[in-house]
Amino acid sequence: MQPGDQIPELRVTPDKYLTVRYAGASGDFNPIHIDEDFARQVGLPGRILHGLWTMAQVARAQTDAGGGPHSLRRLQVQFRGMGLPEHELVVTGTVHELRDGVAVVHTVAEQDGKAIIRNAEAEIAVE
Amino acid sequence: MAVNTNAVGKRYPPVTYAVGREKIREYAFAVGETNPLHLEVQAARALGYRDVVAPPMFAAVYASPAIGPALFDPEVGINFALMVHAGQEFRWGPLVVAGDEIETAVAVRDISERGGAGFYVFESVSTNQDGDTVCVGTWSNIVRGG
Repeated sequence: MQPGDQIPELRVTPDKYLTVRYAGASGDFNPIHIDEDFARQVGLPGRILHGLWTMAQVARAQTDAGGGPHSLRRLQVQFRGMGLPEHELVVTGTVHELRDGVAVVHTVAEQDGKAIIRNAEAEIAVE
Repeated sequence: MAVNTNAVGKRYPPVTYAVGREKIREYAFAVGETNPLHLEVQAARALGYRDVVAPPMFAAVYASPAIGPALFDPEVGINFALMVHAGQEFRWGPLVVAGDEIETAVAVRDISERGGAGFYVFESVSTNQDGDTVCVGTWSNIVRGG
């Protein structure tokens, strides 16, 4: 990894029932993620993705690039907008700098060309 | 909106989470992990881990029982109908594996108001049974004015 290098792009399309599985796996049963009627009642376009699921996709792009879960030292994200089931998510990232054996990666997650995670920064230990 | 900053600095009793092998596998499938370290005991042991390895973002699972009481604390006073999870940071130490017992302590780091919105920042510190800090989380929430 050298400054300016791209990390391999990660593409994933959360299926219709992903938010239900993630709710069970994570314990976050906020109805905006699992109940279509409730989500619409509070003004959302429908059920939205859990931000921490989307962040997990950003993390996965970093650990894939870094060679495993041990490589990810830090990840900081800002959530923007709403992630939607059945829309492809694309995670991209660029190595910003190398310092003391750690690659600092600037990374973003987009759906339909709009960033739903932005200003994200990861630190990956480089062997 | 007016925010009450009395709770800044408040600490909550630590909560212990026992990390289960099948919970890691359930989580790994839900987030689409394909690395066998998270799914197969033999693959994890072949690389020197005691059991299946939790993906780093599993921190959201073992820390959440400790974060909940802070988020719902009436003294903090978050209006959930208007809250959005605005930002998140995790810094990781040694990997967590099935069988670990993770104790998480949460504190209110900051409450402030800018542009008519309330900003609530919590910190979680998660420690394994050997005393290693496995994850420090910074949880940022915004409550829109209303």
